[in-house]
Amino acid sequence: MNQFNFRPLFRYEDAFIEGILTTLKLAFQAGAAGLILGLVCALLLGRGNRAINLIIRSYIELIRNTPPVIQIFIIFFVFPTIGVRLPPFEASVVALTLYFGAFVTEIVRSGLASIPRSQLEAGHCLGITNLQVFLHVVMLPALRNIYPSLTSQFILLLLGTSVASFISTEELFHTAAFVDSRTFRSFEVYALISAIYVSLVIAFRLFFFAFGKLAFRWPTAR
Amino acid sequence: MRSFGSIDLLSFTTAFQYTVLLVIMALALGAPLALGFATMRISRFLPVRLLAAIVLQIMQGIPLLALLMFVYFGLPVFLGIRMPPLMAVVIAYTIYTAVFLGEIWRGGIEAIKRTQWEAGASLGISKLQQFRHVIAPQAFRIALPASVGFLVQLIKGTSLAAIVGFIELTRAGQLSAAATLQPLLVYSIIAAIYFAICFPLTLLSRKLEVRLHGSR
Repeated sequence: MNQFNFRPLFRYEDAFIEGILTTLKLAFQAGAAGLILGLVCALLLGRGNRAINLIIRSYIELIRNTPPVIQIFIIFFVFPTIGVRLPPFEASVVALTLYFGAFVTEIVRSGLASIPRSQLEAGHCLGITNLQVFLHVVMLPALRNIYPSLTSQFILLLLGTSVASFISTEELFHTAAFVDSRTFRSFEVYALISAIYVSLVIAFRLFFFAFGKLAFRWPTAR
Repeated sequence: MRSFGSIDLLSFTTAFQYTVLLVIMALALGAPLALGFATMRISRFLPVRLLAAIVLQIMQGIPLLALLMFVYFGLPVFLGIRMPPLMAVVIAYTIYTAVFLGEIWRGGIEAIKRTQWEAGASLGISKLQQFRHVIAPQAFRIALPASVGFLVQLIKGTSLAAIVGFIELTRAGQLSAAATLQPLLVYSIIAAIYFAICFPLTLLSRKLEVRLHGSR
């Protein structure tokens, strides 16, 4: 039985902080871009154009049924062969955006489907513009319905950013592997970053919970 | 450098068997644990419920990669034992399966109304029999689509075992791509194999879900 010894890790405090920041940056950038991508795809799916539907559906199924590692590999190793050369961080952002976007599309689509037609008609009866109907009568209630799934998908994305270390993006997990190779304190290193990930997840959960309570205060009929 | 040939395809086949083995082992060992977690979460005793909730919350906040490295490198060093790679990887995936499947199954069990338990009790059968004959069959139907969905996630997740050098499909792909310098071909094949396994399961999960909601 070994002794716990976290002391050797203290020297790498800056590296860990740098790693956390990169992980957060990855999650935020991919999260924001993926959200937009998902929204656009979900709205396009609703238009009923056969060709566009086919493209978006294949995109979703391809992404959802292959491992993210392979997707990152393809973007990092295969794209250069067709002339698109991306540094590790950017490649990770692109891969995670595509990944997150596919899940967001499905979530937003189900959210839009959860709004009954009658509600739309009720909106039109108020004599407001189409855009106002879309924003206030369709989009906001839909967003409220899907808020829990969206936020937990973001949490999964946050954990999923660790996969970016496969192509040597210097995020938290990569930092851990680096410090491990320097100090040989495997147990302590991975216990530490597990604790960091768990704290991040709990912090985001609390934030999303509080934000949801604040943002969706209006009462519902249900 | 060598060109891509039948030897690569052969190595994919062998590696694929390890991917399948990993999935089967994780399910076989993780499912009983998941059932344990699920029953702990609905236990009558608050401390048991609380303990299970805390453990599950924490485990769900750890990335699979960190879990893998922790079990593979951390535990043996800490305990001062040698652990065969397959065992370490299987332990990590067992924990992963137990945690996520446990939450899914808890949801299924909780979806069954209290009155069903009471109906069982009024027949004079024991708590265990109530669960076995009244609750479990209904909960199973409700939790099945999500469980199949998790199976897809697990299959995709086995790709991460590549990080510890465990030769499953993704690792075999990495090695082959490095040797042949043909990442496009190699990763397309690997992606296609995963897709061929996962897509039918996704469709099945969706179909089960439609059937479940249709019968309501």
